[in-house]
Amino acid sequence: MNFDELFGHLGQHTVDGLSKGAIYALIALGYTLVYGVLRLINFAHSEVFMVGTFAVLGVWTAFGVQNNPPIGQAVLFLVLGLVAAAVASGGTALAIERIAYRPLRRKNAPPLIFLITAIGLSLVLVEVFGLLLPDIAGGALPTMFGRARQIVGMPTIIQQETLFTIGGTAITNIQLIVFISAVVMMAALDWFINRTRYGRGVRAVAQNPETAALMGVNQERVIMLIFVLGGIMAGAAALLWSMRFGFTQNSIGFVLGLKAFTAAVLGGIGNLRGALVGGLFLGIVEVYGATLFASNWEDVIAFVVLIVVLMFRPTGLLGESLGRARA
Amino acid sequence: MIDKIRAADRRRVSLLTSVGDRVRALPRWQQAIGLAALVAFLYYLPLLGIPGLTWLRTDSIAGGNNWAGVLFVCAIYVLVAIGLNVVVGLAGLLDLGYIGFFAIGAYSVALFGSVNSPVVKWIQQEFDLPPTWAVTWAICLFIALVLTLISGVLLGWPTLRLRGDYLAIVTLGFGEIIRIFARNATGVTNGPQGISAIPGPEGPPSAENEIFGLIDAKPWYWLAITMVLLMVIAVRRLEHSRVGRAWLAVREDEDAAAVMGVYPFKFKLWAFAIGAALGGLSGFLFASRNAFIDPTQFNVNLSILFVAMVVVGGSGNMVGVSLGAVLLAYLPERFREIADYRWLAFGLAMVLVMILRPQGLIPSRRRARELKDRAAEAEEAPAHV
Repeated sequence: MNFDELFGHLGQHTVDGLSKGAIYALIALGYTLVYGVLRLINFAHSEVFMVGTFAVLGVWTAFGVQNNPPIGQAVLFLVLGLVAAAVASGGTALAIERIAYRPLRRKNAPPLIFLITAIGLSLVLVEVFGLLLPDIAGGALPTMFGRARQIVGMPTIIQQETLFTIGGTAITNIQLIVFISAVVMMAALDWFINRTRYGRGVRAVAQNPETAALMGVNQERVIMLIFVLGGIMAGAAALLWSMRFGFTQNSIGFVLGLKAFTAAVLGGIGNLRGALVGGLFLGIVEVYGATLFASNWEDVIAFVVLIVVLMFRPTGLLGESLGRARA
Repeated sequence: MIDKIRAADRRRVSLLTSVGDRVRALPRWQQAIGLAALVAFLYYLPLLGIPGLTWLRTDSIAGGNNWAGVLFVCAIYVLVAIGLNVVVGLAGLLDLGYIGFFAIGAYSVALFGSVNSPVVKWIQQEFDLPPTWAVTWAICLFIALVLTLISGVLLGWPTLRLRGDYLAIVTLGFGEIIRIFARNATGVTNGPQGISAIPGPEGPPSAENEIFGLIDAKPWYWLAITMVLLMVIAVRRLEHSRVGRAWLAVREDEDAAAVMGVYPFKFKLWAFAIGAALGGLSGFLFASRNAFIDPTQFNVNLSILFVAMVVVGGSGNMVGVSLGAVLLAYLPERFREIADYRWLAFGLAMVLVMILRPQGLIPSRRRARELKDRAAEAEEAPAHV
């Protein structure tokens, strides 16, 4: 138990945790949106994120991005990466809904069947990206995708450097960008769900599908919309991840997805602001825990948090329900 | 196209059920003879040389692994499937961390039975025992069963009150925790280096072992198939007892079961613990045959494979899940060309089976009826999301 290290650099660990938690929160939104409307755990959402990182990698490779490009180019590449990741992730999420969930919804299958299908689909996605992509991509992306089963490195777009120091706590530019863009994305989503016509439809279906249908809300379209929105958020998370950690792997989604799910449950699954709170909280707890014990116990901490939350407060910190929380 | 497949599938299932009905209609002595012949065939399988059936073998013809070794793996997977079937098929609890129990079973024989394990070394030091001392195999078997039963209860106690899908995710986390613990707790499990010299029934692996050696897998297969048959009998008895009926009742409608005086939590916990012990037994056999284990052998993909065996075979039906286990273990060995695509194929199989026939290849009748009822309800009252 390394208390000296933890309390000696408490601010630093908090900042690290916040920037890590911001990425969890973005992924957690996908779980929360789908759960809020359909009451299902979209297990394959972790793979939506994985596909996003591969899209970023693909675009950067196609444009031949080198390490540390000049600032104008860097911004361009980031925007391109964001667009590619959002399109790829949103598309994957939509495809998952079409292939795996729609046929089951028609049959009113029990929730566990949805979960098993999603697990199968997630395995398929992991394997397709691990196995077939070298063949599919062929000559186009040989150097990068050829090694998809191992960890694939990405070029550094922005050099990590300390921007300013507050009371001994150094904050780097990447941490700041990750945190701010995650919060901005989430604020935008929150605005979309709470203030726009489409968002009103989403909340209506979450509250009461039948009445919403009677009021003229197209349920199928709402379901597609939430999958796409969750996918776009996962795509943004994929870009931030690529920028901050600079690597990807076909099996990257599993642990990250579990942590994001934990974050969603922690904040109250089905609750958008809960996802932000849960993600940041989990990120901080994880960094603190890794400092107290050792970094190889990091993954265990998230699972233990999940079990404890589910046992003592299964509705999470801010309560469940997408519809009711802001009715 | 899909309609054609569906029609063919319906014909196949009606054939299967009619065969089952006919077998059940036979006089008892004829059933007994049939059963004895099947058991005899199972024991004969590693020596398989009947013309016309030799293409089943994996070794000489397909250039694959040693045939008895493959059969052994199939047998321990069948054991896993039978255990997981109690949890998933009978009690209706989706356990995605079954590999955790498998690992606990494997590690209990490794930690207590091998002279190389830190636990045995510590006991030797504390009690001044000779450096060749270790717990014997039979006692390790007992330890494995007790430890997995306890861990099943320990995991089930807090988590079984959760809703079904939450339970699945929590158990998934449990499987990972066990693996990470085995990797990180170097002082107890030797960490990533693993533990070697795990004993078999004749003691630690050595060239002098007459029956349970490292090379010839036939005795191991016979041992495993004996365990499988014993457990099939045991689980069958449970399934048709009061406990088994309680499981089905809880699976189909927990509230209704509770109203009828069946305390769901108690029976769920029983299912969890019994399933865990069976998984532990299987892991125990796996470790003592392999004589070496390390944490990478227990990764989460295997957990998903176990679930795939049960759902593809037909959850709730013991013949079905055994078939699923044999298929998923055997096919990649027989057709080595597809070995690289095995996980892809497993994933696809799960998706397709769940969408096209959620009751599995050989369905349990009761389960099939349940799913049909739900589909009918969906047609009557549509748009319930």
